[in-house]
Amino acid sequence: MNIKISALQFTREVKSGNISAEDFIAKTMEQIQNVDDSLHAFLSINDKAVDQAREIDKKIKLGEKIGQCFGMPISIKDNICIKDTKTTCASKMLENFIAPYDATVITKLKQQDAIFVGKVNLDEFAMGLSTEFSAYGPSKNPWNTDYVPGGSSGGSAVSVSAFECVASLGSDTGGSVRNPASFCSTVGYKPTYGLISRYGLISYANSIEQIGPLTRTVEDAAFMLNLIAGLDPNDNTTVDNNNEDYLKDINSGIEGKKIGIIKEMIGEGIDPSVLSATKDAISKLEGLGATCEEVSLDMVKYSVAAYYTITATEAGSNLARYDNLRYGYDFSVEGYEFNSYIEKARKKLGPEVTRRMILGGFVPSAGHTGKYFLKALKVKSKLTRQINDAFKKFDLLISPTVPILPFKIGEKINDPVSLFLIDINTVTANLTGKPAISIPYVISNGLPIGIQLIANSMNDKLLLQAAYALEKTVQLPEVPI
Amino acid sequence: MTKIGLEIHSQLTKLESKLFCSCKANYREFEPNTNICPICIGLPGSLPRLNQKAVEKATMIAMALNCSTPEKIAFFRKNYFYPDLPKNFQITQLNIYGDTSVGGIGTLMVGEKKIRITRIQLEEDPGRLIYEGSSEKNLVTLVDYNRAGTPLVEIVTEPDFENPREVREFLNILSDLLENLGVSDPSLEGAMRADANVSIEGGNKVEIKNIGSFHDLEKAVHFEITRQQSLHSRNIPIIQETRHWDDKRKITVSSRSKEEDLDYRYFLEGDIPWIKIGNEIKEKLKSEMPESISSKKQRYISKYDIPVQVADVLSSNKFYSDLFEDAHTKENAKEVANIITTDLMGLIDTREKRESSKLKPFHLKEISDSIQSGRITRTSAKNALYEIVKTGKTLSDIISELDLGNVSDEYELLKIIELVILEEPQAVKQAKSNPQTINYLVGKVMQKTKGKADPKLTLDLLKKKIQ
Repeated sequence: MNIKISALQFTREVKSGNISAEDFIAKTMEQIQNVDDSLHAFLSINDKAVDQAREIDKKIKLGEKIGQCFGMPISIKDNICIKDTKTTCASKMLENFIAPYDATVITKLKQQDAIFVGKVNLDEFAMGLSTEFSAYGPSKNPWNTDYVPGGSSGGSAVSVSAFECVASLGSDTGGSVRNPASFCSTVGYKPTYGLISRYGLISYANSIEQIGPLTRTVEDAAFMLNLIAGLDPNDNTTVDNNNEDYLKDINSGIEGKKIGIIKEMIGEGIDPSVLSATKDAISKLEGLGATCEEVSLDMVKYSVAAYYTITATEAGSNLARYDNLRYGYDFSVEGYEFNSYIEKARKKLGPEVTRRMILGGFVPSAGHTGKYFLKALKVKSKLTRQINDAFKKFDLLISPTVPILPFKIGEKINDPVSLFLIDINTVTANLTGKPAISIPYVISNGLPIGIQLIANSMNDKLLLQAAYALEKTVQLPEVPI
Repeated sequence: MTKIGLEIHSQLTKLESKLFCSCKANYREFEPNTNICPICIGLPGSLPRLNQKAVEKATMIAMALNCSTPEKIAFFRKNYFYPDLPKNFQITQLNIYGDTSVGGIGTLMVGEKKIRITRIQLEEDPGRLIYEGSSEKNLVTLVDYNRAGTPLVEIVTEPDFENPREVREFLNILSDLLENLGVSDPSLEGAMRADANVSIEGGNKVEIKNIGSFHDLEKAVHFEITRQQSLHSRNIPIIQETRHWDDKRKITVSSRSKEEDLDYRYFLEGDIPWIKIGNEIKEKLKSEMPESISSKKQRYISKYDIPVQVADVLSSNKFYSDLFEDAHTKENAKEVANIITTDLMGLIDTREKRESSKLKPFHLKEISDSIQSGRITRTSAKNALYEIVKTGKTLSDIISELDLGNVSDEYELLKIIELVILEEPQAVKQAKSNPQTINYLVGKVMQKTKGKADPKLTLDLLKKKIQ
């Protein structure tokens, strides 16, 4: 049995009776057993997965109505709630939090007969881009286990890349889906803000983050979007997509499309191999009939500063509830004492979360908000204006997903500012609410490089069509696991 | 000059559900922590789901208080730590970055005096802390989140009040107004709360919090004015501070915590998009708004010739005016108004009595018709009303059961009149010389018939007998 197939291939194979869901899931669980000790993608495993697959096979045999996933094995980032399942956010604070409800995306995938093989690793509360800030230890890059897999949805990218599932859901606040996708050579897609319900996604910076799929192919990403997008009464920020079919016409090509090359994302600080991959991708797109031209978004140079200011502010508020009173330590009422409580209140939070909570207490505070938070909001609105102007001229924008190659575990952990700067190419899509996708493009010296495409709001279909076209020009070696 | 301003919190008790989830807005009947869900206790991953009805009702309040209503409203987060606040932030509204709360500047008249409203905002109520234990050592704080997320409207006034009496009158008018709008039942425990700020000439502003009832508010304001005047007369400066009302000692006490120093780190609530409240919606809401108290009052006076005092009392109370609307006809309106204001209001003067009352509008119609047709006297009507409130029986049943029918039999009445004349020679003599005093004798007859004698017939017969 070949488990190295795409999600769509899987559904076709099961549907046609060539393989059973049970066999595939069993094989997938075996793969997890075999590789996850060294990769550490998973924080918890669904030990009922094989049983659930058997049920689906039974339904298929009896000719009952079956969902579009046919028992497809999916991994879920551990900041998305699955009912009666631990949802830890890779934090000690939520070590024992068992979600009493399903996130909307989970409800939708359950209705389509997906099987959740397990919950996967992330930087604590999705704050980071290497999974090194997971309270349960980092995940490893399947291309080279000395290297980080990217983050924060590192576990998602690793599990897809190492065939521990066929697709995964991550969340993207500043690149957290696209960055690990780029580092692990998978597709990583952040849809337009509001396209996918965030209900059940544990908030980090709620005004800019989105759930997004990590998949083997662009088609799979479109397939996943078909299943989970749309209005949700439980999330007031969702938008109506009129049940758009993102798979339909995905092979339309990009002939005649205008693509802007974001100048600020191919300049200073970029790794030469990343630059040459980007140039190569641009010429491929031109070969497919697109016209590419540089465009300047000069607000991009302030975007990382604005991003960290805004996300810290929102994180400071979103995470305020983890105050040890309702989550965290077990307290016996006997001997409970207020001062000892206050002293311990945030002790279960790790260093990166603590850093951002402190920052989040400072930048929007009365004496400093004008200098920091309000200014960051100004950058956000100016950047949005600039990118909207760019989309008057261009259909799409292009850049490398990450300016550098994956780095070694431990290499940058003591240098938060240099870590922050790696987000430079991804945060713009979050700050402006635009859809963006990372397409695996090339393996350079054994390490993956991804290319990012950005489209205008609600132009997700066009984005996926372009990504599909670019993907078709690429031949990638198999992951060495 | 003394200046007093108010900050009133009124729950929208008439709403079905909480502000951001489908738990009940009426949390009072639940066991602790049973009227809760992932949203109102702020479980990780839950998001607020705005109750549109709450926005509409709050906008109605803004319109009823003549406030400006912005085209678009927004919600903000007020970040602070407190155990009764599930998320450690409260979703509320804010006008410092432009008017985005449900209501801006408005006015409410208190008699001839105009009180300016600063703003009206919609927000979520926190949970409740319950302290148990007899001493410092075994003190336990319990948290009940049933109330968390209840829709709350904050109404802030300018410091336009000069004395506690004006404050009380304003609160009476405001609570009548909210009840009349059908948005809130102010008589429910905790449904309406208020803080006050007080300053006297030459002194700083002092805020008073933790005032349990409107009755105590008046007392607290009175105490605070006296305290400040006393300091001032001794040349002791009045410092700007927050003081708490000590319910037991009935005094204000300086707060240990410096609440004025709290930094709430307000910022826009990204989980709730801006809400457009265009003219179309405003017009619709206006058309759905119940008739205002002042317009009711005018209608009662001009259409039914009800005396001003009676119209005033009747219109300002929603329960009684609703009853009046359902019971009256053009012919009996004055009588129904009269029965309600002179007899019924005294009979069911508390919330509990109103709720257990079996009286229905048709009863009032029966009573007024029977009075007008002379079937029963006013005194009998009052007795009947008492029975109706208790039992809900029809008037006819009660008349026969209690023998309340008028004594209008001439022979029977004459016997009683003769008896009275015998017993009251002095009064009879007086009545002969001064016909106006004959009413005393009518009263005596009434007494002997337990109020059932037909008053007109009694008078006629008495006059004949005496002359």
